[in-house]
Amino acid sequence: MLLIACPYCGERPEIEFAYGGEAHIARPADPSAMSDEEWAAFLYARTNPKGTHAERWRHTNGCGRFFNAVRDTVTDFFVATYKTGEPRPDLTPRSVV
Amino acid sequence: MSSLRTASGGRIDRTKTLRFYFDGRSHTGVQGDTLASALLANGEYLLGRSFKYHRPRGVVAAGSDEPNAIVNLTRDAARSTPNVRATTIELYEGLHAESQNRFPSLQVDIGAINDLLSPLLPAGFYYKTFKWPASWWQRVYEPLIRAAAGLGRAPTLPDPDRYVGRWAHADVLVVGAGPAGLSAALAAADAGVRVVLADEQSEFGGSLLSEPTEMQTWLAEAIATLAANPRVTLLPRTTAFGYFAHNMAGLAERVTDHLANPPPHLPRERLWQIRVKQVVLATGALERPLVFPNNDRPGIMLAGAARTYLNRYGVLPGKRIVVATATDSAYRAALDLRAAGADVAVIADLREAPGEIADEARAAGIAVRTATSVVGAGGLQHVAWAALAPVAGGAPEAVPCDALLMSGGWTPAVHLFSQSRGKLRFDADASAYLPDVSAEHERSAGACRGVFGLAEAQGDGAAAGASAASGKPYTPSAATPNGGGWLGLMPNAPAKKAFIDFQNDVTAKDIKLAVREGMRSIEHIKRYTTTGMATDQGKTSNMNTLGVASGALDATIPQIGHTTFRMPYTPVTFGGLAGFSRGDLFEPIRMTPIHPWAAEAGAVFEDVGQWKRAHYFPKRGEDLHAAVARECLAVRASVGMFDASTLGKIEVVGPDAAEFLNRMYVNAWTKLGVGRCRYGILCREDGFVRDDGVVGRIAQDRFHVTTTTGGAAGVLNMMEDYLQTEWPELDVWLTSTTEQWAVIAIQGPKARAVIAPLVEGLDISREKFPHMAVAECTFAGVPARLFRVSFSGELGFEVNVPADYGRAVWEAIYAAGRPHNIVPYGTETMHVLRAEKGFIIVGQDTDGTATPDDAGVGWAVAKSKRDFVGKRSLARAAMTGPSRKQLVGLLTADPKTVLEEGAQLVDDPHQAVPMTLLGHVTSSYYSATLGHSIALAMLVNGRARIGQTVHVPMPNGAIAVRVVKPVFYDPEGARLDG
Repeated sequence: MLLIACPYCGERPEIEFAYGGEAHIARPADPSAMSDEEWAAFLYARTNPKGTHAERWRHTNGCGRFFNAVRDTVTDFFVATYKTGEPRPDLTPRSVV
Repeated sequence: MSSLRTASGGRIDRTKTLRFYFDGRSHTGVQGDTLASALLANGEYLLGRSFKYHRPRGVVAAGSDEPNAIVNLTRDAARSTPNVRATTIELYEGLHAESQNRFPSLQVDIGAINDLLSPLLPAGFYYKTFKWPASWWQRVYEPLIRAAAGLGRAPTLPDPDRYVGRWAHADVLVVGAGPAGLSAALAAADAGVRVVLADEQSEFGGSLLSEPTEMQTWLAEAIATLAANPRVTLLPRTTAFGYFAHNMAGLAERVTDHLANPPPHLPRERLWQIRVKQVVLATGALERPLVFPNNDRPGIMLAGAARTYLNRYGVLPGKRIVVATATDSAYRAALDLRAAGADVAVIADLREAPGEIADEARAAGIAVRTATSVVGAGGLQHVAWAALAPVAGGAPEAVPCDALLMSGGWTPAVHLFSQSRGKLRFDADASAYLPDVSAEHERSAGACRGVFGLAEAQGDGAAAGASAASGKPYTPSAATPNGGGWLGLMPNAPAKKAFIDFQNDVTAKDIKLAVREGMRSIEHIKRYTTTGMATDQGKTSNMNTLGVASGALDATIPQIGHTTFRMPYTPVTFGGLAGFSRGDLFEPIRMTPIHPWAAEAGAVFEDVGQWKRAHYFPKRGEDLHAAVARECLAVRASVGMFDASTLGKIEVVGPDAAEFLNRMYVNAWTKLGVGRCRYGILCREDGFVRDDGVVGRIAQDRFHVTTTTGGAAGVLNMMEDYLQTEWPELDVWLTSTTEQWAVIAIQGPKARAVIAPLVEGLDISREKFPHMAVAECTFAGVPARLFRVSFSGELGFEVNVPADYGRAVWEAIYAAGRPHNIVPYGTETMHVLRAEKGFIIVGQDTDGTATPDDAGVGWAVAKSKRDFVGKRSLARAAMTGPSRKQLVGLLTADPKTVLEEGAQLVDDPHQAVPMTLLGHVTSSYYSATLGHSIALAMLVNGRARIGQTVHVPMPNGAIAVRVVKPVFYDPEGARLDG
C-alpha cells in the first residue's frame, strides 16, 4: 500500500485516496472549436510513460481535495505531490537510501 | 521414550510429556517438541504420500521450508487445517494430526500405483495424455486426476475462530531473530528508536537454536535486553509474509495455535499491517537438498535439519548415518551426531578438497570420502542404503544406513527482498542469488545476504541495525563463502526419480523434458513442470531447478534468471487475512430512518449498493407479484407512500451555483425560477448519460440536487473534480446531504388530500403549488422541503425532512392517509409505476453507451448553451442517425408473457447463430394497472420502427414483440394534477 503525501494533510495510506488519471490535461476552453481528432485526443490520449508520471489523486476519505503527484511508474515512489494549478515540478526520480 | 530421543540436551523439557495422535495412533512427545521431532523420536519416518506419485515421504527439513511432511491438523470438525508442515507445529497435549493423500492407509496406499505408472505421467502429462476425446476432459479425466492428486482437504464448516488485525507504525522492522536479526534489533534499540522484531518461530535465536553451546549466553542476554526495552516490540510466532510498497509489511502472528486449550479471549491469529521507516531483513538461509534418484525416501533429510533435531529437540535422525555433502556445514551435523553416540558411517563429500573441518571429522573417527557423489538410495518406505560413487567414475557402492543426511549448500532467503522489488545478482562464489540494489529503505543482513558464520552475521546485523536507526548509509560486510555448494543433479546420477520439488513431485528428468519440449524461459519451465509452485513455493527446490535447467539449456544461471518471488512467504490463513471483515462486519449496511418501521411492517428488503431498501410490503400470503400488483393498483386508484431517503442529494450553494450547474448538466438552469424544479441529466465528457435526478432551486444561490441512489458518491466526486480542477474560479460549495434528509414520496390521486392537513405555511393547491414546484414549509411540525414531483405519473409530492424526524413524519403521513387507504410501497412497485410511464432508470435502461437522445430524454438538452460536459462529444456524427439504439416500448402478443430483462432483439429469429443483434430488453414487468406485460428496450433506430415487429430469441423459441412508444399509461399526462 502506497504512502501518499497529500499537500493539505500530509502522509496518509493509499486507501484514503482515489486515483484520478493523468494530470495537466486541461479541459479546452472552447470545445466546439475543436476537430473530432483534437477532441478525441483530449478525451482519450494519455502518455503512459515508463518513469515519472504526473497524475491526479483525490484525498477522497480525507480532505476531499484533488491534487497532483509525480510518481515513478517503475518504482512506485512519489517524487513530489503538489496542489492543483501548480506547475509540474522538474524532478528526477528519487534514489532510495 | 523411544531410543531415538537422547538422554539429555536440547531445548525440550523431558519431564513434561504430551500425548498426541497421528493417524489415530497414540504417541507421546515432550514440551518443546514439534510434531515432526516428536514423530521422529517415536521412530515414525513415514508422514505422508506425495502429490502425484503417492510415494512415501518423511521429514526433510526442520523449519518452514519443509516440502514433504505436511499433515492435516484437526481440533474439531470446524477447526481443521490441511497442508500444515509438521516441522512448524508446536506439540500440545491431545494434538490430532493425520497424513494426507493416501487411501486406505499411509502404509498401504492404492494410489502408489502411480509411481509404477510414472512413465505415463511426465511433466505436462495432462496436456498430452488426456486430450482425446475432447469431451472426456471435463467429464472424465479432470475429475479423476483431481481425485487422485492433491493434498489436504479444506474443512466444510465455517471457521469458528476469531481473527484480529492491527495497524502499526515503527521506526525499524527487523525480520528474523537469528544472530544477525537480534544484533540489528539491539543496535537499533540502542539508538533509541522504536523497533519491531518478528520471527516465525516460537523462540528467538534462529540458527543459534540449533547450536549446542555456541553463543547461548549471548542469546539469552540479547532477548532479555530487548524484552526490557519499552520501545521494542517482540513478535515471536509471527511470519513476515509480505513486503509491500513504501515499507509496508504484512505479519501473521499465530496467537493460540500452540495451545492445547486456547483461552476464549484470545484470537487465533493477528494480522499486523505495519509501516516502518527502515526494514532490516535477517531472514537467514535455507539448505538445499541433493538431487539423486530416490532422494525422497523417508530417512533422507537435510544435514542442518538433522543437527537441529539433535541439538534443539534431542532426537537422533537414525543410528547409522551416511552424510552426503557439497559443503562444510554438514560436517558439523556429523560431528555433533558422533558426539551424541550415533554411528556416522561415512561422509561423502562431492569436493576434492574440503575445508579444515574434514580433518576434524577424521580425527573424530569418521570416514571421509572426497570427490564422491551420492547417486542413489534404496529402501522401500525408509532409506536402507546410499549409493556412493567416485566423481571420476566407477561403480557405485551401496552403504547401509538408516539415515542419509544431505547438504547441497545454503540458499540465502531473499524472498522478502525480492518481493519488495529489490534487484538480485548471482554470486558465483556463493552459488546463490544475493541482494544487490534495494528498492525500499531496506537492508539485508547476515546469511540472507550471503554473510555466513555466526560472528560475521552478528557484526553485519549490528551495522545494519545501527544504520537503519540513524538512516545513514553504511558499508555492509562482504559476503563470506560458506565452503562449497552444488546446484542441480548430482554428478553421475540418473535424472529419473531424482526429485527436485518434493511437494509437487517434479524430478530432474521433468526439467530436462520441459527444455527438450521447447521451454526456454525459466518461467515457462516452472509452469510446465509446476516446479516451485506448491505450498512451499520452492524454498528447497528453486535453485536446484536452475542448476538442472542451466545444464539442459547450456546457459549460465545468470543468463537464465530466476522466477518471481511473490507473497506469501509461507501460507497465510484466509481467516487471518479477512480479520474482522466477515459476517456483519464484512461491509457497512446503510439503513434509512424509516427502515425500522418498514421492518416492523413486514417489508422484504433488497440490497441497493450498501443500502437496504424495502422491496415490497407483502400482506399475509402474498408473494412478490401479488404484493406489487396490489401496491400499484392502490397508488393509481388512491394513494401510496414510498421511502425515497436513499436518493443521493447534493446541496449546491454559492453565487456561481447556477453557472456551475449550467456547465455540468445538459439542461439550462439560469432561467429556472426560485421555487421551481427541473429534471436534470448529467453526461460524461464522452456524451453518454451518467446520472439523472430532479434539481430544485431553493434560492437564487442554492440548489437541491438529487441523484440516483447508486450514483450519489460518483456524481459528487465528478462535480468536485470539475469545480476544483477545471473551474476553480467559480464560487460554489458542494455538500453531500444524502443522509441529512429523510425523503417520503406520496403518490396518487389522493396525495394532496393526505398531506394537506400536515402542511403549514404553504398553499399546496393545484394553482399555487403546481407540478415541478418546490418550497420550504413546516410539515407535520417539522421544517421541510416539499417537492411537487412524480415518478409514477400520478399527482405526487416528495417531502424532505431532517433525517431524525423521518420516522415520525412517515407515521404522521401514514395516519393521515389511513382514511384514504394509503399503501406503503417498495422499490418494485416504484419500478413498475415508472416503467408504465416510460421513465428511465439510469444504469438499467442506459448502460454507459446511451446519449440523452438515445434514452428518449433529448428534450432536456439545452440547445442554446455554448458548452456543457459532454456537448462536444454529442456533436460527433456517430452520436446521431439511424445506427443509434433508442428507447422504445415492447408489447407481447400474449399479455401474460413477461420478457426477460437482458434478452436480445433480432429481426429474423431463424437466422443462423450468430444472429444480427438489434438491441436488448432493459426493463420488463407485468402491469396490473394495464392488465398486460410491458417492456422497455434499447433498439437500433427504434423510434423509426414503432409499429413494427421484432423478435426475442429464447431457448424455447422466439417471442414476437410489437415495437411501441415507451409510454404505456396516461401518455397525455392528465393524471399529474390528480
